[in-house]
Amino acid sequence: MAYSDKVLDHYNNPRNVGSFDKTDPNVGTGMVGAPECGDVMKLQVKVNPATGIIEDAKFKTFGCGSAIASSSLATEWLRGKTVDEALAIKNTDIVNELSLPPVKIHCSVLAEDAIKAAIDDYKKKSENVEAQTKAHA
Amino acid sequence: MKLPIYMDNHATTPVDPRVFKAMTPYFTDTFGNAASRNHSFGWVAEDAVEKARKQVGDLIGANNKEIVFTSGATESNNLALKGVAEMYAEKGNHIITAATEHKAILDTCKRLEKEGYKVTYLPVETNGLVDLDKLRAAMTDKTILVSIMYANNEIGVLQPVAEISKIAKERGALFHTDATQAVGKVPVDVIKDGIDLASISAHKMYGPKGVGALYVRRRNPRVQLTAQMDGGGHERGMRSGTLNVPGIVGLGEACAIAKAEMSEEIKRMAHLRDKLKDRLMSSLDEVYINGTMEHRLPNNLNISFAYVEGESLLMGINEIAVSSGSACTSATLEPSYVLKALGAGDDLAHSSIRFGLGRFNTEEEVDYVAAKVIDVVKKLRELSPLYEMHKEGIDLTKVQWTAH
Repeated sequence: MAYSDKVLDHYNNPRNVGSFDKTDPNVGTGMVGAPECGDVMKLQVKVNPATGIIEDAKFKTFGCGSAIASSSLATEWLRGKTVDEALAIKNTDIVNELSLPPVKIHCSVLAEDAIKAAIDDYKKKSENVEAQTKAHA
Repeated sequence: MKLPIYMDNHATTPVDPRVFKAMTPYFTDTFGNAASRNHSFGWVAEDAVEKARKQVGDLIGANNKEIVFTSGATESNNLALKGVAEMYAEKGNHIITAATEHKAILDTCKRLEKEGYKVTYLPVETNGLVDLDKLRAAMTDKTILVSIMYANNEIGVLQPVAEISKIAKERGALFHTDATQAVGKVPVDVIKDGIDLASISAHKMYGPKGVGALYVRRRNPRVQLTAQMDGGGHERGMRSGTLNVPGIVGLGEACAIAKAEMSEEIKRMAHLRDKLKDRLMSSLDEVYINGTMEHRLPNNLNISFAYVEGESLLMGINEIAVSSGSACTSATLEPSYVLKALGAGDDLAHSSIRFGLGRFNTEEEVDYVAAKVIDVVKKLRELSPLYEMHKEGIDLTKVQWTAH
């Protein structure tokens, strides 16, 4: 299979590889996929609670080159966006940017799911924090 | 050392220059039709075919009259299974094969099932071998044929063919073996192994593509086949069609070379393969070999690098030609059915690489491949959330995954 130059670039030089502390209230973690399907993506966002802006994003991915590239690209796009802007990222944007062939579209879907799962995790955490703060008040 | 390095010799092999040299005159100078009986062009071609028939027979301990030339192992497998099924239909309608066979066997069996035959697909043990007790239990009075491969094309394991043929014979069934990966690589002896029919391919043993043979036993018992192609009645009526003389000459020469050099080549292949295996296993953790090492082709290594996905690994070692049992290399998104049959688990099947060493691989190439694979696996594990979880002591089998 021939890979696009952008997929090769992300594969050879993946951006923002790593992990944040899952227990940090400002960190949202999304883990999607399953080992037996050949893809697992872990995507994390670190949000500034005052501004709602994603200040940093990191990923780790088990999967093919297109899966690695999709999640690497996602972390690039997430940085600097607000939480709501992040939720607007669509898998088709990733397909177009990386020129993914039809057989690899599921990699972009997984990346979109990972973004949503990470934001969702962050929102739940911040709601809990709010609730606790109110309870203490 | 030249890049890319070819280490996928179970898929195909390059033609040995000596084989190529033997073939060339039969394209242009001595181009006759081996079936032309009334001029020298035909006689020269026929002589060349008969010499090749003897070379093939000699390699597997067969009489030259027991060799039927075909277009390759897929045709040989089709002819053996369909030809026996049709010929012995009055005697019975049951065939036994194994889950890890090549598609040329499995799909032929599926066709026969549609036509009303009963087929048993034996499971294999975790080492890749057929359990002889399960074979015994599957045999019935209606069983006409047992077809079990000699060596597996993915994991290289060698089935206990001599024992299998004994069990088949006790119940009056014939024994066919798809010996595509074995002939020319390890000693195959149709007498000692009790083989009634054997499929052979030239291009897996440094011969040309598009030619193969089917061994058909003529004595104890005399095996009969219903031809699957109608025509001029070539190959004693078993396979019509003008003989591919240059290809057959190439197959014969490849067999002669294999016979002369096999004992040395086995040692050299095993040395290179073991060196590759030892390097990988001493430098990386969580590495698993698929299939038994004890009964295995000397040139095969099939290995799973846990927590690394196969296609991404191939991408990182793109100047090395190997094959992955992983989903994404095909459009089907299914991991290798052979590895699944071993019970390896889909996650390990997705992480597997097949190395197929060959006559033209060098020590230097093995060193390069080992270093490169180690480097890329380490890099991909840095990227792998599964490896991170494993290192944190999380049991991945207990995680609730979001399947998609």
